[in-house]
Amino acid sequence: MKFDTPAGQNPIDQLKVVGRPTDRIDGKFKTTGTAPYAYERHDVAPHQAYGYIVGSAIAKGRITSMDLSAAKAAPGVVTIVSTLDMPKLPVSKRNIAPLFGGAEIDHYHQAIALVVAETFEQARAAANLVRVQYARTPGRFDFAALAPTAPLEGGSSGEGSGAPPVDRVGNFEGAFAAAPVKLDATYTTPDETHAMMEPFASIAAWQGDKVTVWTSNQMITWAKEDLAKTLSISADNVRIDSPYIGGGFGGKLFLRTDATLAALGAKASGRPVKVAMQRPLMINNSTHRSATIQRIRIGATRDGTITAIAHESTSGNLPHGKPETAVSQTKLLYAGANRLTSMRLAVMDLPEGNAMRAPGEAPGLMALEIAMDEMAEKLGMDPIDFRVKNDTQVDPEKPERKYSQRQLIECMRQGADRFGWSKRNPKPAQVRDGQWLIGMGMAAGFRNNMLTKSGAKVSLDHRGVVTVRTDMTDIGTGTYTIIAQTAAEMMGLPIDRVVVLLGDSDFPASAGSGGQWGANNSTAGVYAACIKLRETVAQKLGFNSGDVEFSGGKVRAGNRSVALGDAAKGGDIHVEDHIEYGDLGKQYQQSTFAGHFVEAAVNAYTGETRIRRMLAVCAAGRILNPKSARSQVIGAMTMGVGAALMEELAVDKRFGFFVNHDLATYEVPVHADIPHQEVIFLDEADAISSPMKAKGVGELGICGVGAAIANAVYNATGVRVRDYPITLDKHLDRLPAIA
Amino acid sequence: MKPFTYERATTPAEAAAAVVRQPGSRFIAGGTNLLDLMKLEIETPAHLIDVNGLKLDTIEPTPDGGLRIGALVSNTNLAADQGVRRDYGVLSRAIVAGASGQLRNKATTAGNLLQRTRCPYFYDTNQACNKRRPGSGCAAIGGYSRQLAIIGTSDACIATYPGDMAVAMRLLDATVETVQPNGAARTIPIADFHKLWGKTPHIETALTNGELITAVTLPRPLGGTHVYHKVRDRASYAYALVSVAAVIQRDGTGRVAIGGIAPKPWRVEAADHAMPQGAKAVASRLLAGAKPTHDNAFKVPLVERTLAAVLAETRAA
Repeated sequence: MKFDTPAGQNPIDQLKVVGRPTDRIDGKFKTTGTAPYAYERHDVAPHQAYGYIVGSAIAKGRITSMDLSAAKAAPGVVTIVSTLDMPKLPVSKRNIAPLFGGAEIDHYHQAIALVVAETFEQARAAANLVRVQYARTPGRFDFAALAPTAPLEGGSSGEGSGAPPVDRVGNFEGAFAAAPVKLDATYTTPDETHAMMEPFASIAAWQGDKVTVWTSNQMITWAKEDLAKTLSISADNVRIDSPYIGGGFGGKLFLRTDATLAALGAKASGRPVKVAMQRPLMINNSTHRSATIQRIRIGATRDGTITAIAHESTSGNLPHGKPETAVSQTKLLYAGANRLTSMRLAVMDLPEGNAMRAPGEAPGLMALEIAMDEMAEKLGMDPIDFRVKNDTQVDPEKPERKYSQRQLIECMRQGADRFGWSKRNPKPAQVRDGQWLIGMGMAAGFRNNMLTKSGAKVSLDHRGVVTVRTDMTDIGTGTYTIIAQTAAEMMGLPIDRVVVLLGDSDFPASAGSGGQWGANNSTAGVYAACIKLRETVAQKLGFNSGDVEFSGGKVRAGNRSVALGDAAKGGDIHVEDHIEYGDLGKQYQQSTFAGHFVEAAVNAYTGETRIRRMLAVCAAGRILNPKSARSQVIGAMTMGVGAALMEELAVDKRFGFFVNHDLATYEVPVHADIPHQEVIFLDEADAISSPMKAKGVGELGICGVGAAIANAVYNATGVRVRDYPITLDKHLDRLPAIA
Repeated sequence: MKPFTYERATTPAEAAAAVVRQPGSRFIAGGTNLLDLMKLEIETPAHLIDVNGLKLDTIEPTPDGGLRIGALVSNTNLAADQGVRRDYGVLSRAIVAGASGQLRNKATTAGNLLQRTRCPYFYDTNQACNKRRPGSGCAAIGGYSRQLAIIGTSDACIATYPGDMAVAMRLLDATVETVQPNGAARTIPIADFHKLWGKTPHIETALTNGELITAVTLPRPLGGTHVYHKVRDRASYAYALVSVAAVIQRDGTGRVAIGGIAPKPWRVEAADHAMPQGAKAVASRLLAGAKPTHDNAFKVPLVERTLAAVLAETRAA
């Protein structure tokens, strides 16, 4: 099905199942431990051996020798795959750092060997007996030192944000110079890691020249293609299976070391091999969100009309890496006749920078939305009024492109009412509660809506049970449930008459999970397949398909009513289709919006910041399942708290690695940090987005949160911190005098 | 983790003797720290002696009005004990400020005293560390040191003692009771129990080979207001950037010990005498000679400010 005109009335609009808060159909399996994650697939292949990864002890240089003799002689060792056994493996187009092979070391904890043994403990013990000699070469590890000479570089996050090296509209410099009110400020965000609960994990088994990998991966089709490329085999010989995923946040978009080494280890040992990346290797071995230095300049007239806006961002990455696209949202979010964005990229030798939840927008808004707060203060305007004043219903760079829907103003206004924004004292450092300074802050949230092809196969049996198969993944997002809701709505069934099977590369290729594109596209693909199933059923039952109603497990037209399952009496019916898109995405700017509100408390003595309450009001098209969507947004808000207040990969600039590479030292929020969260979804349906009229929410929830917190902290203390995370040392010496 | 053998001891003397019999032995109780370190091969004992069966898990009054805490009393039970909560509130508060409920259920009184530093370079076996491999150097010096010590450090090591419980015990002038492999018992004042790193940062306590902690004794209650104020980047499950344990009397006198800044719970008796003069006077005495790094220089003002918070809290109460 090609979606190239706005959706009209369709069966989803009944909203009997879709749009209702629905428990996750996989929830009972996950809460009872019966949903097997990749490392727990004990039954899929017999006689599994355990692999343990050895990571490089240096960040840059080469291995001069590797002595495996003691490790090979250790109890239980089956085989050892060494990076010196093979040349550097081909690097797929989605990976930057090579995953294995050869003596060259490009980053710390790069995998250099896999020890395979009968038990995990034996593999671990033997791995510690591998003796490696290195020749270090100097590396580029100091981002702040490299940034001033970093060259211009455009690029895309691959997840819906991007910008050219330089992008201009009008005459920014002239308009900025002439503006009566202006801001010129620089903000920094640190390197961050996904820190998902489930580590990278895979089991691989070969049958002849075919390999099956049971893994944890967000993008099944990519994993299949990229494993084939990396192993130099045909993609037809690769099967990927990933039905349950314990979090990814972008870290599992790509083929990683675990799957590659499981396949190599299984080949070398002639039996299935399972590999879970050890937690201390997770951070330096994989990808992370790159640090940024962002300069923002805004010029406005005294009435608050933006006349000039510039956002220039520098980030770093390995050679051939891409920039963190932190300026992307600034091209679209606010009006202003004279505009400039630019990106620079420093070549570095730290681990690979790549997508993490809302790449581009998340760090970009952390800067832009503080700048908007600062500007509002300079203008003497309420921060919401300033944003409303500069709202735009068209793409400011291409005014002929309208937004398909844009209710940012409503998000902010409704949020203000709900949060009690009118009680905020615009003068900072005025509200005390015992030892705590109290402040309120807000920020706009913005994240693009991505349209991408997605397929599904739907089957009907004689009992009237519909089974959906697609290689779509559920990374904890609720995908199983919204797909079941979609099929149930389309076929007129209760949700318990739908079976959903996901994550198998033998199923039709889907959008996968990333860039908050999963929900809208994967359900639209299921919608397309169900339209085909409805036609097939109607035809089989002898109905004229034009006026057939599917409801209550029955197919009806006029006075005639037949059980849905009767269509499959002669055998199961299978149909397959996909959604693909015309150029509505080009004609219209499609984005999602939020108003984020935060009340924060800063200890007047110690400078510790603690969140008191948070609210997000989201406008993101039709909300397919308010319960799982809310979970997505509160999870993203929590991640935003981490980014604002504590998350930072500390770089050792001498040795070139992230020092705090475990969950004890890389702090993410705990329950005690998140006392109260509320989420409101505006009642929307965006007919230009897809037949589902939905968009994404999973990344919108993090976009803007960090700045809302920073602005609340400023409102509490009167001290502006422009360098994330806002830890107590950033403002301790500038806090108001203790009474 | 290297293969190891394992036995259960039934009496303290037997446990102590077993350690000497088997070179490379370690005691294990809760194992909340030791097992992690063994998995990383930072600790590589050849033999583990499980002391959980030694029946050292009671809390009893002492004849002189104090409290004797068995070495195996769990952190959870110690923090919840009525007598501790009534008379030694700072100890209870310090314990619940640390770790998580699950860890406190497993962690023991003696084991907690022996908790090793959380310096990230100590944990990364690719990096030089004089604690892990004496003489190999210290990668933390000149590296990322935000959490590390500002006082009592040396050219060989700038690691921090990470615990909370011991800070309160130091404040209360606790005594550590031990038994040695020859069966002889001795007592070690807590002030002398943890060592400054000096040139031998791998030697962390006053315990000799095979010496087993049997109890921690608290002297008579001090009265006053008991406070444990722990400062950290997140609200729970984080080591202290700075913590202040204090007992403050109605007349403004009192005593204070600081966590998160030194190789041991940090107390300077001369600073206690300055309590009536306020936080600045106390902090300047506590931190005389401090040598912070660029990353952790903020801990110097933070100690004073946290102390000021504690004094304000106490006045308000």
